[in-house]
Amino acid sequence: MIVAGIDVGGKNVHIVIIKEGQILGKGAAPTGIKKAEAVEHLYDDVLKKMGLARKDVERVVATGSAAKRVAFATGFITDAAADARGVIKLFPKARTVIDVGAEEGRSIKMSPEGKVMDFAVNGKCAAGTGTFVEAMSRALEVSVDEISHLTLASTQNLSINAQCAVFGESEVVSLIHQKVSKPDIARAVMNAIAGRVASVARIAGLEDDVVLVGGMAKNLGFIDSLKKNLAMDVVVPENPDYMGALGAAEAALAAVTTDGVKIRVFEKETIS
Amino acid sequence: MAEVQKTKEFWRWPETNWVNPNINWKKSEVITAGVDVGSVSTQAVIMVDGEFFAFGNTRTGSDSPNSAIKGMGYALEKTDMIIENIDYCIGTGYGRVNVPMAQQSITEISCHARGANYMYGPEVRTIMDMGGQDCKAINVDDKGKVLNFMMNDKCAAGTGRGMEVFADLIHVPVWEIGPRSFQIEKQPPPISSTCVIFAKSEVMGLLEQGVPENEIMAAYCSAMAHRIMELLNRLSVKEKFVITGGIAKNEGVVKRLEKELGVKTAGRVWYKKEFIERGYPFDTQLAGAIGAAIFGDALLKMGKAKSARKA
Repeated sequence: MIVAGIDVGGKNVHIVIIKEGQILGKGAAPTGIKKAEAVEHLYDDVLKKMGLARKDVERVVATGSAAKRVAFATGFITDAAADARGVIKLFPKARTVIDVGAEEGRSIKMSPEGKVMDFAVNGKCAAGTGTFVEAMSRALEVSVDEISHLTLASTQNLSINAQCAVFGESEVVSLIHQKVSKPDIARAVMNAIAGRVASVARIAGLEDDVVLVGGMAKNLGFIDSLKKNLAMDVVVPENPDYMGALGAAEAALAAVTTDGVKIRVFEKETIS
Repeated sequence: MAEVQKTKEFWRWPETNWVNPNINWKKSEVITAGVDVGSVSTQAVIMVDGEFFAFGNTRTGSDSPNSAIKGMGYALEKTDMIIENIDYCIGTGYGRVNVPMAQQSITEISCHARGANYMYGPEVRTIMDMGGQDCKAINVDDKGKVLNFMMNDKCAAGTGRGMEVFADLIHVPVWEIGPRSFQIEKQPPPISSTCVIFAKSEVMGLLEQGVPENEIMAAYCSAMAHRIMELLNRLSVKEKFVITGGIAKNEGVVKRLEKELGVKTAGRVWYKKEFIERGYPFDTQLAGAIGAAIFGDALLKMGKAKSARKA
């Protein structure tokens, strides 16, 4: 049985194609303005690379902020459920999932079976999301990859006072004027976003093992700041930005198999 | 740091200054000044025997003390007065503790309240001030004394910076946004995001979809009015309701706010009829500095401060 999980996020679309116990293929592309189109193109690209056709995929479960743009989905699953389902499969000891994407930061407390017990989200404010890091990187005139490396070279643990990304940008500019080094400014930026994410995580409740997923989990500087703020170890899977899609794919599989695991999969609604 | 070359800086509003031609300061008794150093703009106001004499309205630079010096210099530029002629100077605003020529500092909430009372009169009961990086709602008594207030200085939504970011994005000078937001066929729904950064993405999406610029401006002004409403709802708005700060100059936001609130704001004119007749400029960004200068005058009169005049 081949199934697909599609995560349509604020910035990127991720797709994972799996068969029982095996990831067959995956792909990612920017969501852009024309989200439905981006999904269609990426899906066909991924299938083509695997030598598969659409009819070979038995179920497609979509998740993410723009999940409904997946016209061919056979079911949908919430972001929190997708995160939980994806993570528990790879990390049976996980009890907390922190997912920081481009436009949302959320934290999920799970039961040992991977059921969502509680969660907290920030989706209204750019600070505490990947967008914050992008804005600060621009102010520092470095790429998002570079800001991660710079963080690890810092010698001081400074902070940004501003809570807001817009004010943060002005603050970064004045730190540059004050001749603070780029690595130290980068560290201050990571401390700021880690602080916001940690606040959200504390609302949902923190319990080992803590797994970090989402695009921001690729940022080593952020991971470091987050660990220090939480004073806890944080596990990061390979390809952390694919976890939502993986979870959706696992949900598709579970709905097809009869192992008795209850998940919430909404049947396809008419997409006009 | 390499400077990004822009052909035009759409957020940069013009700096202004002015001197009162009807006052001979050399025949006066008391000269006081207020310097309001905000995170985005700096104003300096000089009062002569409690009367509005001169002001300078400038952009804050990267450094508070230099911004204060520049603002004061600009206020004095059209006069033949020098700093040493000033009896007492009060600093206010975000950079108030770093105003080199000030003898003391007073918080901006108090100064705004007092300044609004001077500008709009003793009937003022609620002041909405939107500064460059904050937004405040203040309830006052007939003397301009603060009764209570609410403030947001953590989030750019509903602040001047929020409007500047938008102006820069759509490449329209910030002072044109208000008028153009009414040159539309129908009022569109407001931008849904509260956050300025997320609103930016939303605006880019609308631009890409070919939505007319004026409609996008209308949507953004609505969103901003709505954001201010959220702050005002936590305070009870009492008439006479006035607006100070840069945003008072944006009719696009003000008119939509009035509509949502169901309360009209007072016209942006001087309370004192003579000031209107004499054509004194009415700049809503001056409220903080005016209030600070008035406090200086009051402190001297009550014997609670000593003149620092050197010349």
